[in-house]
Amino acid sequence: MLQVRALRKAFHGSAGQALFGGVELDLAAGECVAIVGESGAGKSTLLNCLAGLEPVDGGSIRLAGQELSGLDDDAWCALRRRRYGFVFQAFHILPHLNVAHNVALPLWLLDADERAAHGAALHMLEQVGLGGRGEAWPAQLSGGELQRVAIARALVHGPALVLADEPTGNLDPARAGAVLDVLLGRVREAGAAMLLVTHSANAAARADRVLRLTGDGLVAAEAP
Amino acid sequence: MGGALRHVFIASLRRRRLATVLSLLAIALGVALGLAVQLIHNAALAEFERGVRILAGEADLQVSGARGGFDDALFLQLAAHPGVAEASPVVEVHAALPGREGSLRVLGVDVFRLAGVQPALLPAADGEAGMLAALAPGRIFLSPAAAAWLALEAGDALAVQSGVHEHTLTVSGSVPAAGAGQVLAVMDIAAAQQLFERIGVLTRVDLRLAEGASPVQLRRELTALLPAGVFVEVPQLALSEAATMSRAYRVNLSMLALIALLTGGFLVFSTQLLAVARRRQEFAFLRALGLPRGMLYRGLLLEGAVLGLAGGVLGALLGHVLAVLALRLVGGDLGAGYFDGMRPALHFDALLTLSFVALGVGAGLAGSWLPARSAATLPAARALRAGDDALLHMRPRWQGVVVCALGALLSAALPPFAGMPLGGYLAVACILATAVLLLPQATRLVMRLPGSPRALLWRLARARSHAAPGQAVVAAVGVLASVALASAMAIMVSSFRTSVDDWLTRMLPADLYVQASPSAASGFLDQDALRRIAALPGVAQVQPIRAEQVRLRSGGAPLTLLAREVGGGWGLPLVAGSLSTGEAELPPAWVSEAVVDVHGLATGALIELPLGGQWHAFRVAGVWRDYARQHGAVVIELETYRAISGDRRANDAALVVHPGVDVAVVATALADAFGENMLRVATPGEIRALSLRIFDRSFVVTYLMEAVAVLIGLCGVATTFAALATARRREFGMLRHLGLTRAQIGRLLALEGALATALGVAGGLLAGGAVAWVLVEVVNRQSFHWSMDISVPFAMLAVFAAALIVLAALAARIAGAQAMRQSAVQAVREDW
Repeated sequence: MLQVRALRKAFHGSAGQALFGGVELDLAAGECVAIVGESGAGKSTLLNCLAGLEPVDGGSIRLAGQELSGLDDDAWCALRRRRYGFVFQAFHILPHLNVAHNVALPLWLLDADERAAHGAALHMLEQVGLGGRGEAWPAQLSGGELQRVAIARALVHGPALVLADEPTGNLDPARAGAVLDVLLGRVREAGAAMLLVTHSANAAARADRVLRLTGDGLVAAEAP
Repeated sequence: MGGALRHVFIASLRRRRLATVLSLLAIALGVALGLAVQLIHNAALAEFERGVRILAGEADLQVSGARGGFDDALFLQLAAHPGVAEASPVVEVHAALPGREGSLRVLGVDVFRLAGVQPALLPAADGEAGMLAALAPGRIFLSPAAAAWLALEAGDALAVQSGVHEHTLTVSGSVPAAGAGQVLAVMDIAAAQQLFERIGVLTRVDLRLAEGASPVQLRRELTALLPAGVFVEVPQLALSEAATMSRAYRVNLSMLALIALLTGGFLVFSTQLLAVARRRQEFAFLRALGLPRGMLYRGLLLEGAVLGLAGGVLGALLGHVLAVLALRLVGGDLGAGYFDGMRPALHFDALLTLSFVALGVGAGLAGSWLPARSAATLPAARALRAGDDALLHMRPRWQGVVVCALGALLSAALPPFAGMPLGGYLAVACILATAVLLLPQATRLVMRLPGSPRALLWRLARARSHAAPGQAVVAAVGVLASVALASAMAIMVSSFRTSVDDWLTRMLPADLYVQASPSAASGFLDQDALRRIAALPGVAQVQPIRAEQVRLRSGGAPLTLLAREVGGGWGLPLVAGSLSTGEAELPPAWVSEAVVDVHGLATGALIELPLGGQWHAFRVAGVWRDYARQHGAVVIELETYRAISGDRRANDAALVVHPGVDVAVVATALADAFGENMLRVATPGEIRALSLRIFDRSFVVTYLMEAVAVLIGLCGVATTFAALATARRREFGMLRHLGLTRAQIGRLLALEGALATALGVAGGLLAGGAVAWVLVEVVNRQSFHWSMDISVPFAMLAVFAAALIVLAALAARIAGAQAMRQSAVQAVREDW
């Protein structure tokens, strides 16, 4: 599904000090890989680079056989709309849209029919345990519920790759476990691949593989 | 953009209701004021056009001259010309009405000739008066609007003034086809000539051409028959003259309204810029989901357009309401006196309304443009991190500053375009733009000034303003625009008022002034009246003043010719030349500044004036300042005028009383000698007070627009700080954790508001000074042709500035109160 070869990123463009280099990664459909590392190692930056949100200073990224490095902004946008799903530590739920509309957002971006998008959003909300909360406003939801909304939004359009950046960083351990169960369960059910950046040993332990990001690339790490 | 995706942007407007409503109101007010001015003026011009059509009727050409008229022998020559099928003579008099304010437009007509040329003026006699009543002396026929104004009906008596005598006419019927808005009266031409002592005089002849006659050739042939100052023209020319006369006033008011709209645009700009800063994570997230830059940019422009559209539609409704109210309360010329004697009615103009709604949309789009561009170029990856606070950074744009400052200088030097000071307006826009572009750098400089305040709140407020000068800039920009406008208008009005006051003092050196009626109306002082005045006890000297209107060319606005004694200390407020007549080969004339501007004359130039049916040459001996006659005035020596024209009447007389004589006693003697209602007697002080009262009244609309602009500026401060307070809830929560009280945070916001507003006020005052210079030296000079001395009302501006800073601090404090209601714990945990 995803092949990364010799990916390199420097602090201030190609002439600056290397943040990471020689990143090699193969991710299969339905597989979940956790990436751990020290703070400042560049884990979030790696996710951003894989999503085309930050430029890379060298290397290759291929998704389903398509070479992505060198794509322009519009092409990256189109790709993210169709093939990517995101879950963030800060939930990034739009406060001025209700819950169902927040989940439908990726479908709106794909010009889906409004009614169909709404139906899909409600269905996805049921899948993450928030059935009947579609008309609620974000301010009425708890942190755990908001992250479930974010998961529903990440999966509603059937992405091939889900990038999750500290998805449980803002939650207590009990809620974090429940949210992670939902996230992994739904991603696997959808047959998508997932890269999970986390500091949490518990979260990493649930992934199929755990990799550590160092300055020289990704190395296999023992599941804690 | 997908239909559903619009929700993302439009819903954001609903969420920040206060900012949305205030921005919308700001645009609505700008649109409403501009549209109301246009609607009112269009209504007045439409009524004027109807009047021209009614008066001209079927006429193809009109022969007319100055108000004083021409020899009626010309009528026979015109009527006998083979190219003329019908000719209808008219003598038009503005009859002074003893005991009433204003005058009545009386048309002396030949009823037998009316049917063929101006059927709408045909009088309809009341049943009892009989069909031939129109021919009888002492009979008058009122249009429906005149009858309503005077509250008279058939059979009632109407007192009119001729010279210093009162005559009573009987209302004998109406002029039914005159239309609802025309205040006029019709009577027999011979009766009118006799009553108003205009025997042998006509003011107009309306001509219907014979079949096959060429209007161009006929005009050429008829022109050869006409005496000096009399012209043959198509009737529509009067309409364009009226439009030209009132255009400068209308354009000035429209520009004021547009500046109010511009201030509204600034408000949209500041609220959108803040919204963009606050929503940067939202935009970064949308970009992560695959929203292209272009779509984000268009989405934010759509927000501005929706605001503009809603504001435009609301403004259009409000504009119509304002126009209806203004027409009822102030009249079709908004109190400026261009369209007396009309009762215009408002008409819906779809195209005009749509244009103003479009202007509202334009203001919304313009206000959103820079914020949208800024959002579209946001680095998404950084903004996605939790805790990335939105600090507004603004770079000084020196290139823009240089271009705008140069633009202001160059456009201020441009000559008028079609009589309008477009260069001046452009210079005003450039000055405002220069000041706005300089604001970030000025803010940075001010925040770097040495001095370290010890009070914690001051240190926090200054640190915040220093770290994020953009925030102060956004809050200050609306204040700057509105203060610039308000202070510029205050300086201009103060300069104007001071100059008018000084001018009145110099124009009124006598002890007492006597007027038979307003200069355009039917009262006058003949030789006998002047002798009787001179013979009154206490009167040392009588200086008669004759005011007539003359036209120097076809299609040109009429000039006022003032014949009076110029030497002997009866000074004119000269700005060039001298009062000395010398031994010149030609008699001297002193022209007002408007004559210099319109006719390109200067001291020493030759000017030809139509007097007694002939052109007479005068040498321009000086130029004087005249605030009373916008289209120009020429002063010549009374003796010269009398010798050439033979006219020995006077409109006014200036009296000097013997030392020690009480002017009130002389005034009473005048009333006793001529009757209470026949003469208007006033001291220079009374004239000055009345003139300044009229002056102040004519600026009421201006003050209203100024107040609206300042209100919009204050709204800007409130919305900015409301948005900032919401965006900084986490910061305030943290400060509360550190031990600051809610009241202290409130004071912190008030201080920041006061700091930002002080910057805006300072910038606004400086820009306002520059704008005032342009208004005085360019806009007024080119629009109305009058110069003035700049007089800055320092005390008033200081009070205004201090009040605004205090109000802004209060607005910031109140707007921030909402943010502080939330618990500190919740605020620091908040995620958006």
